[in-house]
Amino acid sequence: MRNASEETRLTSLAASIVSIALLLATLTPLPAQAAGKLQIITATADLASLAQEVGGDRITVESIARGYQDPHFVEAKPSFLLKLRKADLLIVVGLELEIGWLPPLINQSGNPRIQVAGPGYLDASRFAEILEIPKGVVTRAEGDVHPQGNPHYWLDPNNGLRIAKGIADKLSEMRPADAKYFDERYEALADRLKREDKKWLEQMKPYAGRKVITYHRSWPNFAKHFSLDVVGYVEPRPGIPPSPSHTLELIRLMKRENIKIVMVEPYFDLKTPNAIARDTGAKVVVMLPSVGGEKPVTDYFKLFDYDIALLVKAFQEVH
Amino acid sequence: MRRAMVVACAFCFVPGMLVAQGKSTGVAESTETRRLQALEEQVHALAAQVELLRRELIKVRDPQPNGVAPSGRLVLTAGPGMEKGAAERTVSAMAQPSTPVSGEIAAMQPAAQEPSPILGGPQTQVFGGATSNAKLLNPDISVIGDFLGSLGRNKIRPVPALELHESEVSFQAIIDPYARGDFFLSFGETGVNVEEGYVTFTALPGGFVAKAGKMRAAFGKVNTIHNHALEWTDRPLVTENLLGGEDGINDAGFSVTRILPAPKWIFLEGTGQVFRGDSGNIFRADKHKDVSTVGHIRAYKDLSESSNVDIGFSYAHGHSAGDTLVTLLPSDFHTNLYGVDATFRWKPLRRAIYHSFLARTELVWSHRDQLSARNAFETQRAFGLYTSGEYRLTRRWTVGGRFDRSARAADANLRDTGFSALLTYWPSEFSQVRGQYRFARYAEKFDANELRFQLLFVLGAHGAHPF
Repeated sequence: MRNASEETRLTSLAASIVSIALLLATLTPLPAQAAGKLQIITATADLASLAQEVGGDRITVESIARGYQDPHFVEAKPSFLLKLRKADLLIVVGLELEIGWLPPLINQSGNPRIQVAGPGYLDASRFAEILEIPKGVVTRAEGDVHPQGNPHYWLDPNNGLRIAKGIADKLSEMRPADAKYFDERYEALADRLKREDKKWLEQMKPYAGRKVITYHRSWPNFAKHFSLDVVGYVEPRPGIPPSPSHTLELIRLMKRENIKIVMVEPYFDLKTPNAIARDTGAKVVVMLPSVGGEKPVTDYFKLFDYDIALLVKAFQEVH
Repeated sequence: MRRAMVVACAFCFVPGMLVAQGKSTGVAESTETRRLQALEEQVHALAAQVELLRRELIKVRDPQPNGVAPSGRLVLTAGPGMEKGAAERTVSAMAQPSTPVSGEIAAMQPAAQEPSPILGGPQTQVFGGATSNAKLLNPDISVIGDFLGSLGRNKIRPVPALELHESEVSFQAIIDPYARGDFFLSFGETGVNVEEGYVTFTALPGGFVAKAGKMRAAFGKVNTIHNHALEWTDRPLVTENLLGGEDGINDAGFSVTRILPAPKWIFLEGTGQVFRGDSGNIFRADKHKDVSTVGHIRAYKDLSESSNVDIGFSYAHGHSAGDTLVTLLPSDFHTNLYGVDATFRWKPLRRAIYHSFLARTELVWSHRDQLSARNAFETQRAFGLYTSGEYRLTRRWTVGGRFDRSARAADANLRDTGFSALLTYWPSEFSQVRGQYRFARYAEKFDANELRFQLLFVLGAHGAHPF
């Protein structure tokens, strides 16, 4: 028994040493913050693009979600924590778009600055025009509905401008010495976006009021701005995969209303949209909802250039 | 009085006007047009003032957070060239920028609205889907039902033919700028258990994240996962035999986690935990000093944007439990647990909702002090492991398998072996149907063949689990 006790004591001692070593290891200091540039992490590539436009060379910015990735279903990888722990500012889309992955990352980051309502937390939805805010009782019978409104609001250049203004103000608040710089960059962005938007509206003018189908409810702001009429969805409800009965109903609607365009996000399977298109003579257009969805689409301007060029071509082909 | 003045004015001006009209009709028409225009402008200006006053009145009566327009006053908006029908469908409430935006694009018609002074400036939105002020401060609440059915015979570990195995109720919210709270209450058919209930301090200096309360210990992977988030309908044999069964190492205490310095692009995290020392049939504390400790080191690396590997090393120490004789010498009987876990994940980002693969293994060594059958001190050294794989075939279907082998903590000579095959169907993100064929060969020379069925359903807003 004495030997056993000694062994136990040794084991206990070893356990204590391991625990203390672990605690000491956790006490090593955090890496020093980069002195010059503000380090910004955004939830999506669109917010990163707008932040880059406004922040110029005074910031470094990186997005967590890739442009070709469904922003609802990003994995909360620990490697993102390495970026978040050093971030001065986290810009999120909000409206529960990131509810399935961002909250655990924020909690585990060990970065007090970017906690919700912290000095380095910015919810871009505060600045945007939000559509499809549910009224009355909200239930999951409507699918994966967002109770605070549709989170795909950045697909309206007006909202892009509003978000950019919000980011510029935030950057000025964080770095008052660079406020003039951020303001000038914002004004330059506003001028350019105004010019580009005029061009985009002109390109889309012949198709104003055209009825279209989309896969997911990603395009209400885009449709509103460019005067498209979204009359149906490939998904029977948001987040619910297409069912045969709903698909048949959609085909009947498209034939009845002579709808020839089906807009699909790049992360959805094309099997059902292609089947619908074959049956109705419609065209499937793989539209990009985010910057970086394809290699050439490197910024917010190129996103609209790309999508509008695709849509115009598709409208010309089907009529 | 006012009427008298009007009559007097009429007497003065009407004759003159008639004379003037007789002189030059053209000049009179021109004057009349200008006057009408001036009146129109005045009417427009007055209408704008009335609208401005009305907005201010609404703002004072019903201040809204986040700059969102009052719900009772939806703004109908339409882009240029939009059809009437389309415009009517696009009923939208306008959330306004906190500061006016210069250089607005042509089609933009925002009603500028400053943040409510009553709320003290711009408010950020919180996760949770609150739709009215009354709900803003409520926690996210969810209930997850876990309904289990079983066919076949298992006399070593029998389970009911049908049972509502667990109803997990969760309450999750941000407490204040420094902490958040998470409660998970587990309602079984025979009672209620606080599965976890802890506060997480998220705003500590030095990159620390601390927890206090009751929680699942950071020992390996499966021990940290709630039932509904498992890849199977049950827990592996090694969990049953060496880690305390379904509840696992789950105790009241403190936890400190921090990301550790490591080579670039390697995520290294250390966790140290101290618990009271009571945890199922693994640890028992008879005195305050009989605490148990858990340490975990996690190393993670992205192999590509679609694949990654995750390796962990765990250690747990406490006073042995599970034998009534142990109470006689509580401080001299200890249990040490050592664990290694490895996970490989593959999920192509462009098709993340359709295809993925996950392979995982955990190895556990248990060194348990106890009294032998002849009442002598002994340390049982038992080893167990499981290896599992899961592949998502389509958006709705997943197949998987698991191999189990584990000795028993109290008698390392008794070894159980098993394997399972699984098929899972997801009607939506909020429900799941799973079937599992399970074979187990127990040390008692008994073979169990079971067909298990599970239905999981989620009500409300359940917060995301850590990766």
